[in-house]
Amino acid sequence: MNLPLATVSKVLKFSCVDGPGNRLVLFLQGCNFACPTCHNPHTMKLCNDCGDCVPECPTGSLTIVQGKVVHDASICDQCDKCLDVCPINANPKVTQYSVDDVLALLYQNKPFLNGITISGGEATTQLKFIIALFTAIKTDEKLKDLTCFIDSNGYLPEAAWKTVLPVTDGVMLDIKAFNNTLHHLLTTRSNQRVLATAKLLFEAGKLHELRYLLIPGRTDSDEEIEDLANFVRALDTDTPLRLNAFQHHGVKGEALTWPTMKEPDVERIAAELRSAGLTNVVVPAVYI
Amino acid sequence: MSELLKRFKGITEDPGLSFTQKARYLSLEAENSLPYPELDEETAKALEERVICDMYEGHVPFKPRYVMPDYSVVLEKGSAFLELEPATTLDEAINSLMIAYHHVPSVTNMPVFIGRLDNLLLPYCDEVSDEDLYKKLKLFWRYLDRVLPDAFMHANVGPTDNRVARTIMRIDAELKQIAPNLTFIWDPDVSSDAIFSQACESIIECSKPHIANNPLHQPLFDDYGYGVASCYNVLPLCGGASTLTRINLREVARRSKDTADFFENVLPKYIDLNFRLTEARIDHLFNKSGFFESFLVKEDWISRDRFTAMYGIFAMAQCVDELQAKEGRAGKYGHDETANQLGHRISKVLYEVVEMRPMENCWRGKAMLHSQAGLSDDDGCTPGVRIPYGSEPDPVTHVQALAEHHAFYPSGVSEILTLDETIENNPAALEQLVKGAFQLGFREFSANVSNNDLVRITGYMVRLSDIAKFKECGGSRINTTVLGAEAAETGKILERAPRVMSHELAPRYSQ
Ligand code: SF4
Ligand code: SF4
Repeated sequence: MNLPLATVSKVLKFSCVDGPGNRLVLFLQGCNFACPTCHNPHTMKLCNDCGDCVPECPTGSLTIVQGKVVHDASICDQCDKCLDVCPINANPKVTQYSVDDVLALLYQNKPFLNGITISGGEATTQLKFIIALFTAIKTDEKLKDLTCFIDSNGYLPEAAWKTVLPVTDGVMLDIKAFNNTLHHLLTTRSNQRVLATAKLLFEAGKLHELRYLLIPGRTDSDEEIEDLANFVRALDTDTPLRLNAFQHHGVKGEALTWPTMKEPDVERIAAELRSAGLTNVVVPAVYI
Repeated sequence: MSELLKRFKGITEDPGLSFTQKARYLSLEAENSLPYPELDEETAKALEERVICDMYEGHVPFKPRYVMPDYSVVLEKGSAFLELEPATTLDEAINSLMIAYHHVPSVTNMPVFIGRLDNLLLPYCDEVSDEDLYKKLKLFWRYLDRVLPDAFMHANVGPTDNRVARTIMRIDAELKQIAPNLTFIWDPDVSSDAIFSQACESIIECSKPHIANNPLHQPLFDDYGYGVASCYNVLPLCGGASTLTRINLREVARRSKDTADFFENVLPKYIDLNFRLTEARIDHLFNKSGFFESFLVKEDWISRDRFTAMYGIFAMAQCVDELQAKEGRAGKYGHDETANQLGHRISKVLYEVVEMRPMENCWRGKAMLHSQAGLSDDDGCTPGVRIPYGSEPDPVTHVQALAEHHAFYPSGVSEILTLDETIENNPAALEQLVKGAFQLGFREFSANVSNNDLVRITGYMVRLSDIAKFKECGGSRINTTVLGAEAAETGKILERAPRVMSHELAPRYSQ
């Protein structure tokens, strides 16, 4: 059988911000949006082996073998110079994981885990792998009490969601904007599918959390906040809504000239949303 | 004026010290002007070079380092010496304890252990409403912090889920005081999920309590049980520890040619010298000081044969890195498998030697190995077996790297995990981390949450805001702030992702 592999940019054994409890998080490489506000822009694209980063590496960790860029993690000092020079927002340091590789990681860290979360990039661009992995977890005697979550931008079409939801316990979904023109500007794509995903997940009982990124002068307008309140109310006023605040940390390019979102403004908007009837609004624990 | 008198004068005139702090430092200086218990030349030299260390406990051991009284004696029987009747109400019980604490010595002259408070107070709570219990315990808590301001002072609750334990943890999280320090003793077969969750939420609130893994501790002690005192020292109840000495493993590694020399020659030599130091101090305490003539022994608060000797080590990280370098290996302690395994091997050797060596005047005839959390001026040495401040890996990797050590340190191994404040929105993650750590063999668990004002420095608590104030204008009500300020500057402690503190860390006047 031809088992799917995942292209993984990072694995965390401890995360308390990617779903309930402590989670092992797999960050998959590659995204179908191109948000200027992304704080992990190097996860957007898959490497095309152009080789531009190879001479920039100060430790000699990068080489070209048979036309492919190869990374030697044992001597890499994580300076990230390769990420800075990559012209397409890709990452030469990715690792291929098989389902068994991930199961081994889960066994090794099982006592510490409440579950696993697949994040990105955009997790669902590697949907086959997720389905295979979650199915394997659910049928493994020692692992089946782990919950399986996906962190998504919601662009996956409805039919595809239906193939993964039976083995998924919950999804954290980002909504970038309600005004479709604004959504285009912020992501290069339309928001129709995202909003449909939110409804679909809600109806399936799998919408663990909605996330909304507040960007001053863009997504914090009265109209946007009102649309957000209406949208959540139409699902359930108790839907967990996490407000994120746009910060410069990790961001590249044009969005670095955009102002950052300040705590008092986030608190004000949270208060507005609460008075609009939303009962489960969470604000950031830190601003960095 | 002689040097000594100048020093005394300096203490009396130091504007940064309160008058009680001055009195304490004066008494320490006086004690240290007396001759040390007799040591052979080799031991004296190792002590002088600080390869072995007496924690600056003082030249003349006239009291045990840690006294762990069975306070139920004074509650149930009263005290002839203190002219106290048995307690019959909660008010009387708390009052008797408040009096008792003032008569319990320790290395700091303040009590380092104030009892397993729920066991002690529950018998007096039947008629007390929840609201009254809360009010009375809150006043008690305020009294402890204001009158006995030492972060090494330690209260214990658990493992059962009960009103006193719950109320104490609630008050502790509300008041966010440095003192007392608090341990919740957890036992998955006894403690409810609810009280375990409360303990975890309280850690998020104020970096307290410390959690002790009862199934690992209890079997090492008898029915009389144990208590957790000071900076995570697990000691027999109704006794304590006579002394705490320690080996600076970095210095041992520096004096070794290579790993083989370390294990075959140098480490055994210093292990022996540290035993000799310990024996000399215990001999003085038991045979010359007259301490055991005290009413504490006569009235059975403590028993002469229940005092252990804590045999400490520290700077494991620097020791392993030093040996790795001598072997031409780059891998660092805490991050590299070979380095970590070398550390585990050192702990195992230490444990075996300490278990084998007969000791006079020691509970069960032997000392207990201890991963010692550090003084405030440890000169680049990391406490115990910890991973150096600022270089800790993620909490799971951190626990995995250290878990194997824990089996070797029966009298305690204090490890502090630094968690960032995002944990606030997700206490379940902390719960799972504690459970995972205990499943892997952690004896105890402490965490600092990085936005807490109240943090642990080496095992004791300090308030970051107090340190800032202390530096600005001098002076702190709390003894550990002085210690903490010193630790923060010399130990890179505040670089640590987040951390915890305790109180014996200022054993000398250091101006
Ligand atoms: S981060 Fe990139 S550039 Fe830096 S050492 Fe590693 S591979 Fe080389
Ligand atoms: S990571 Fe970027 S720069 Fe490096 S080879 Fe791939 S596409 Fe080219």
